[in-house]
Amino acid sequence: MGWEYVIPGYLVVFGTLAVYATAVLRRGRSLSKQLPEEKRRFLAPEAGTTDLEK
Amino acid sequence: MTTTGVDTNVSTVPAHTGSRGSRALGAICLVLIAALLIFALWVTPPEVSQRDAVRLFYIHVPSAIVSFYIAFTITLIGSILYLAKQSVFWDLMAGASAEIGVVFLGFTLVTGMLWGRPTWGTYWQWDPRLTSTAVSFVLYLGYLAVRRLDMDPALRSRRAAILGIVSFANLIIVRYSVSWWRSLHQGTTLDPVDTQMDGVMLFTFFLGTITMILVFFWLLIHRFRVAWLEHQLAEVGLEAAIQERRSEGNASDASSDGKTR
Repeated sequence: MGWEYVIPGYLVVFGTLAVYATAVLRRGRSLSKQLPEEKRRFLAPEAGTTDLEK
Repeated sequence: MTTTGVDTNVSTVPAHTGSRGSRALGAICLVLIAALLIFALWVTPPEVSQRDAVRLFYIHVPSAIVSFYIAFTITLIGSILYLAKQSVFWDLMAGASAEIGVVFLGFTLVTGMLWGRPTWGTYWQWDPRLTSTAVSFVLYLGYLAVRRLDMDPALRSRRAAILGIVSFANLIIVRYSVSWWRSLHQGTTLDPVDTQMDGVMLFTFFLGTITMILVFFWLLIHRFRVAWLEHQLAEVGLEAAIQERRSEGNASDASSDGKTR
């Protein structure tokens, strides 16, 4: 008893996570291609913070 | 072109938001998700009164922990630090964390409703815990909407930061709603001193919590980098517009000089 609620719950959570993660990764790729290399670094040293890319 | 055998034309800056660290974390998350599914859906036994519906517990509570205690707390800290230091880093971090927090809060609401049907006999009840959680969901949706307003970026970030701080106050109501008012929702699930749950169910709960926390941080790394790229792209666009204006100004100056002569 209860599987009819459990399965949709797990599908919603992990399905949404998969779709959201894919959308974020694709957006990152698309934005990276639009920027020159020097602007592509995450938190460049001139921003006063450490470079996360390392 | 090569110097000392190294091709200097090869780009060292990747055209994506991944890095060695994020890929390692992503791989760990996939392994943990697989383990969680095996334990939550197969290894753990059904509960005496709730039967198999209890399996929703292993994703419902971890989602709530991630959204309330981690995601929106980062948004609060980021908002305060943005107002204090005008730091772009903290503004973007607050926004990225809030967006993922809303996703996890959505999971909390959906899995809670699905769990409520077989245990309480209803998907929804205007109970203090459920209502205050729904209010939080709407507040943070509003926060995300403010971040997308078409206005001066500094003013928009300041308004979002204020909303990020105000919205957090409601989380205190969510946290204590089960103690302050009579509620259909159960109280604290795990008493750190005297827990009612043990064995494989407790292990699966901790596995679910660790998995959700690591998935959150993996998403946060990528979502923050996307926000950073969006910020950079907006700056490039602004620089191009200023340059265009300057060249237009120079051209009109040159033509007016020519006419005067």
